[in-house]
Amino acid sequence: MNETEIHGMVADVKEGKLSRRGFMQRLAAFGVAAPTAWHILDFHGVAQAQSLTAYKPTKAGGGGPLKILLWQAPTLLNPHFAIGTKDQEGSRVFYEPLAGWDNEGNLVPFLAAEIPSRENGAVSADGLSVTWKLKPNVKWHDGKPFTADDCLFTAAYAADPATAATTIGTYKDIKVEKINDLTIKITFEKPTPFWADAFVGAAGMILPKHVFEPFKGAASRDAPANLKPVGTSAYKFIDFKPGDILRGERNPDYHIANQPHFDTVEVKGGGDAVSAARAVIQTGEFDYAWNMQVEDEILLRMERGGRGKAIPVSSGNIEFIMLNTTDPWTEVDGERSSVKTKHPSLTDPAVRQAINLLIDRESVQKFIYGRGGKATANFVNAPPRYVSPNMKYEFSIDKANKILDDAGWVRGSDGIRAKGGTKLKYVYQTSINAPRQKNQAIVKQAAQRAGIDIELKSVTASVFFSSDVANPDTYSKFYCDIQMYTTTMLQPDPERFMLQLVSWEIANKENKWQGRNISRYSSKEADDAFREAQNSLDPARRTALFIRMNDIFCGENILVPVLARTRMAASSNNLVVQPSGWDLDLWMLNAWFRP
Amino acid sequence: MGTYLVRRLLIALPSLLGISVVLFTVLALAPGDPFEEMATNPNIPPEVRLALREKFGIDDPVYLRYFRWLTAMMQGDWGFSFASRVNVDTLILQRLPATIFVIGSSQILALAIALPVGIYAATRPYSVFDQIANTFAFIGFSLPTFFTGLLFILVFSIWLDWLPFVYRSDITATGWRWYWEQIRQAIMPVMVLGLFQAASYTRYVRSAVLDVIRLDFVTTARAKGLGEKTVVVRHVVRNALIPVVTLVALQMPTVFGGAIVTEQIFRIPGIGSLLISAILSNDTPVIMAVTFVFACLVVTFNLIADVLYGWLDPRIAFR
Repeated sequence: MNETEIHGMVADVKEGKLSRRGFMQRLAAFGVAAPTAWHILDFHGVAQAQSLTAYKPTKAGGGGPLKILLWQAPTLLNPHFAIGTKDQEGSRVFYEPLAGWDNEGNLVPFLAAEIPSRENGAVSADGLSVTWKLKPNVKWHDGKPFTADDCLFTAAYAADPATAATTIGTYKDIKVEKINDLTIKITFEKPTPFWADAFVGAAGMILPKHVFEPFKGAASRDAPANLKPVGTSAYKFIDFKPGDILRGERNPDYHIANQPHFDTVEVKGGGDAVSAARAVIQTGEFDYAWNMQVEDEILLRMERGGRGKAIPVSSGNIEFIMLNTTDPWTEVDGERSSVKTKHPSLTDPAVRQAINLLIDRESVQKFIYGRGGKATANFVNAPPRYVSPNMKYEFSIDKANKILDDAGWVRGSDGIRAKGGTKLKYVYQTSINAPRQKNQAIVKQAAQRAGIDIELKSVTASVFFSSDVANPDTYSKFYCDIQMYTTTMLQPDPERFMLQLVSWEIANKENKWQGRNISRYSSKEADDAFREAQNSLDPARRTALFIRMNDIFCGENILVPVLARTRMAASSNNLVVQPSGWDLDLWMLNAWFRP
Repeated sequence: MGTYLVRRLLIALPSLLGISVVLFTVLALAPGDPFEEMATNPNIPPEVRLALREKFGIDDPVYLRYFRWLTAMMQGDWGFSFASRVNVDTLILQRLPATIFVIGSSQILALAIALPVGIYAATRPYSVFDQIANTFAFIGFSLPTFFTGLLFILVFSIWLDWLPFVYRSDITATGWRWYWEQIRQAIMPVMVLGLFQAASYTRYVRSAVLDVIRLDFVTTARAKGLGEKTVVVRHVVRNALIPVVTLVALQMPTVFGGAIVTEQIFRIPGIGSLLISAILSNDTPVIMAVTFVFACLVVTFNLIADVLYGWLDPRIAFR
């Protein structure tokens, strides 16, 4: 499917020849399915269908208590201080953004009266501004009205470096203006095709100005509301103990009719993933648990009890292997794996291709991850419209052997291939995590049969993923030949995600290994594609450019994708949750209910 | 006595200082970063993390950070947690009740089992009762709490479905129901810790009583025609328990320090689980505070044990 075809179909939708649903299905048929297809239609001024949630209860309250177990417990309740997802989840119980992302990548309004679009004129044609209309008659939990001033304040609060907000990246380069009490206009410095970032989703939760105003900037840590939130959501704050428990009660003045269903909500923390799964699926002590980093086999065994189930939610996360084309064993100007060096053997495309052929993705999926992942040949796996149709994966030791033979890598007396004195011996590192070690072993075995000797190295996760400049074992230093980890894609737009493939983001000593491009590989074509996509207001063109970037890196076998990961949650059988792979687990807590 | 106390306190000060230096250095040498999760999040630019590190002073040299911590600590400022941005003392005070309740109850349970069993076993050495008590004591302290904890959960929560295995600090029920819920959720952790502790106490009590029961004054007491009960309770146990009392005093710091493994298994929001989560998230101020408070408690209770020992047994002089 190319750009012209998509444009043609969009025209059909406009003329009414093709329904929105038909459009989504047509795209899906091409393996380019819907998730952010709203974006394509939206760009062309086609109205969005209201995304529906099958909320059944006919009155608010009466659902009794809802008990949630987040084994990684929230430690603070200010969404703009959130260090990790756990804190955002905790904050989301009380605060709301203007809009959130549903599982198909559609925007769902919370504090917005409607979703801005080209059709309603709220998204400017030049991509330089977006206007949000706010929902009228929304009250904060303390009874004060919610207005545009709160949005303006939130943006200013987060953008102030002295506040030390973790969401500063979202707000520092935008200008937010108040048009009237219920309308705000966001202006961007340059054309921004992906405008739905500020005030949307996890980073978009809005703080009440009247509560936080005295605590903007350096005094931010002293705000009592950091631990006693005053929000607009369906549940009002009762009690919070960092790292332990969080309680809320039904907000009788909630701005969505008949919601929420539950009278109280309780979020308990602590312990580990397996016992959390047990408390939900096996004993039913809790109704919902998140982030089930548990082997699928164990989950399946627990599910036999019939009290609860695991819910796989597809996400943009990818478990992948990275091949180093720089030399990790030679130090140049105080750093190894410097772009000034060349890897003795991995610079040979034939070797990289052979390694790709030696990864038995099907077995990894079947025997290790189960429902937790899906074998893939692409770096970008969601939303489906950004998934490249051009990449294929295959597991074939014979082919790998043949490629290496043809490229002149000959087996020595020790069975290891070599050429001109360079042996195919690699160090393959990853973090300590049972599935990853199994995965490493599978790769090592296959490589052995192709005459490649792989030494396995595993590093504690707290070291591997740290930004410790002094430590040589971090993933961003990449001081070895091959490494494997999962990278997360949190927004249904791959722009930020693709920063991992551009030359100016290469991690090196100069930027203290903070650069996003860990592989250190770069290509002018990918750089150009990214720059164009950043400013391209045509979603179809943008998609094509991102797919091209994916194809360059995967086609060159620099990034060797293994599995597209799914997010696993556990839920009791008599609970209806609203999962979304593009937002927080609790993004639509207001519409959870018991049937 | 007075000069003895003063001298001991003066010795305690440099040792506490030494402990704090060691703790701080170890933590500074340990790898990791409190803002680690932000490093893998593509939505957060690296500058944000660097700015936070700078703001919280993590990038300063170790000795500077140590002196900053020390001077603040002297003034009663324990610092604030990097993870929750809450003052550390608030965090610790929030966690203390659960720990004192659970660990305290388990100590009481341990004594309630160990004293009668140990004494009875010692008065009838190598009887069937003694053999059985010994066997169980050996099994008891050979099984680690993480094993018995999981075993209890498997049996009582999953197979029998009698008891909850997630401890909640905020039971909403009122009146008797509240007490009932509180007891129900505490049974398993208290049992796990209590039985483990009871096993080792039993061995101590038994050997202490055995040591005393053979002494001449006991024979004298019997020769005077005193009843067996009076001999054991008034003459034997009174003397035998002196070492046990000090042993219990030495165990007291754990009542405040929590039990890391058990608290984690049962999700008890106590000091132990605070410490483990702080360690996992590299939250240095919290780790420092908890371990340092624990060190202070150990030093203090050692002193108390020594004083108590001298008071109970006047033959020991304070020098």
